[in-house]
Amino acid sequence: MTETLGIREAYGEALVELGHENRDIVVLDADLSASTMTKLFAREFPERFFDMGVAEQDMMGTAAGLALAGKTAFASTFAVFATGRAWEQIRQAIAYPQLNVKVVASHGGVSVGEDGASHQMTEDLALMRAVPNMRVIVPADAHETRAILRVVAETPGPFYVRTSRMKFPVIYGPDKTFRLGRGDVLRAGSDVSLIACGYMVHVALRAAEALRTKGVSARVVNMPTLKPIDEELILACARETKGIVTAEEHSIIGGLGSAVCEVLAESRPAPVRRIGVRDQFCSSGTAADLFTEYGLTAEDIVRAADELLQASS
Amino acid sequence: MIDKERDDLLRERARILRIRILCMLHEARSGHTGGSLSAADIITALYFHVLRYRPDDPAWEGRDRFVLSKGHAAPALYTALALSGYFEEGLLHTLRKVHSCLQGHPNARCTPGVDATSGSLGQGLSVANGIALGLRLDGNEACVYALLGDGEVQEGQVWEAAMTAAHRRLGKVLAIVDNNGLQIDGFVKDVKGIEPLADKWRAFGWEVQVVDGHDFSSLIPALETAKGKSLVDAPTAVIARTVKGKGVSFFENQAKYHGVPPSDDELARALQELGAP
Repeated sequence: MTETLGIREAYGEALVELGHENRDIVVLDADLSASTMTKLFAREFPERFFDMGVAEQDMMGTAAGLALAGKTAFASTFAVFATGRAWEQIRQAIAYPQLNVKVVASHGGVSVGEDGASHQMTEDLALMRAVPNMRVIVPADAHETRAILRVVAETPGPFYVRTSRMKFPVIYGPDKTFRLGRGDVLRAGSDVSLIACGYMVHVALRAAEALRTKGVSARVVNMPTLKPIDEELILACARETKGIVTAEEHSIIGGLGSAVCEVLAESRPAPVRRIGVRDQFCSSGTAADLFTEYGLTAEDIVRAADELLQASS
Repeated sequence: MIDKERDDLLRERARILRIRILCMLHEARSGHTGGSLSAADIITALYFHVLRYRPDDPAWEGRDRFVLSKGHAAPALYTALALSGYFEEGLLHTLRKVHSCLQGHPNARCTPGVDATSGSLGQGLSVANGIALGLRLDGNEACVYALLGDGEVQEGQVWEAAMTAAHRRLGKVLAIVDNNGLQIDGFVKDVKGIEPLADKWRAFGWEVQVVDGHDFSSLIPALETAKGKSLVDAPTAVIARTVKGKGVSFFENQAKYHGVPPSDDELARALQELGAP
């Protein structure tokens, strides 16, 4: 059985570690500290933790003010409230003046599950990608989350990092380092490239294994940085394989699939299939049932890869 | 209290401020006349009496901070900053031009002396609170002022922020409401009434003073309140009763001059009224 570790737990632990190293790190939450795991930081550094209550807009503005006073502010809540409810506060008060605010939101995607569409956020990556000055990152395991948080804390300016309610299988070692704007080839392959982010990286790895048994060689790329995206690696995939399947726990509009297509359309058109939520609000249900219901399984990726290879042969 | 000499000096500063505001708006051919003029005396009081700052050291940690939450009054702020020595007065001619550091609404990133970026209403008080929280962590006793419009308090975030400042006892935060009674679509009382405004702030845990926003002897003692407060105290709200378009008879109390610059003829007549050469 593969080891699994929580992404949001990794976030909370990383905050504590960074908080010990840097006294200027402050953390804000909007009444969800037990869910986003900022409670770990709150316990360790109560004077540097600000629970803003159920007021996400105020939280983003306050985070901006703390940054203006020289602090590095991490602001956390669920992805839907951070990027939906407070989008314009992020745009106006944080991104426009390029302040040192790191929006780290948990509960991205459909794996939120039972709470339903009001709480499942499948548009956050699109919303954040569209904002100038904003860097957008989705970690694929707990060790990568820690590495990302270190880079985010040490790099000036605004970031959006999406964590998850689910625990993810572990793919990296504890010494994992993160390079902003660079993807990782996790598995070599020459027929098709599977480019994924977040939990879908693990689904893509399973799909690649299934494709292997069918005689198809699939490259798997973990693409944690959606912006600035690794254009070089995308173009290499287009050049060296027959096509690309993108996979994300997000709408097919505006997220990873879109970002990959934008690069290809302007530089090297190539066949692409996008795995993601197809422009709809999803139902309540267990995460596993929802992945099946909305076409986010390894079988869906295999089918897309098969179709793509048939069409291009 | 301020003495007569000081009062005369501030009045003269405010007159110059109004002249410069109207000239730059006229030259830019767009911008917000009414709200810049209603805030002119408040901004004069802040920049030429109340705030502690060093124009030659814009990042001085001990400076009092000012957040122009009603960012559309940027011409008044820019003029005060120029007259204070933060930058050359000649720069005022570049208002709203491509790549000017004097953008249509304030951007702290590019304008010396601008402490916070604003323009989208309702957000400045949250930013002021955040600055105050950050300063308090460092034991810095500087004050943080935020100037809001009265139409602006229709934004829900203002009241989220009002709760935050009171809950966290941000004694160094002072919010000023430029209570000119008008917004773009008409009288505030007709569009969506905000009264009883003083009671609202009091109910949210603020210490409230209602003053004449064009009378320095009324305005200044109220604005000085924050200096006498500790880092952990009730925040102060100053409701400044003002007149939109104040200082030019035909702009006064006219909603239509909210976002319209003076025409050639209006500028000439306005400058005459203000005694400009």
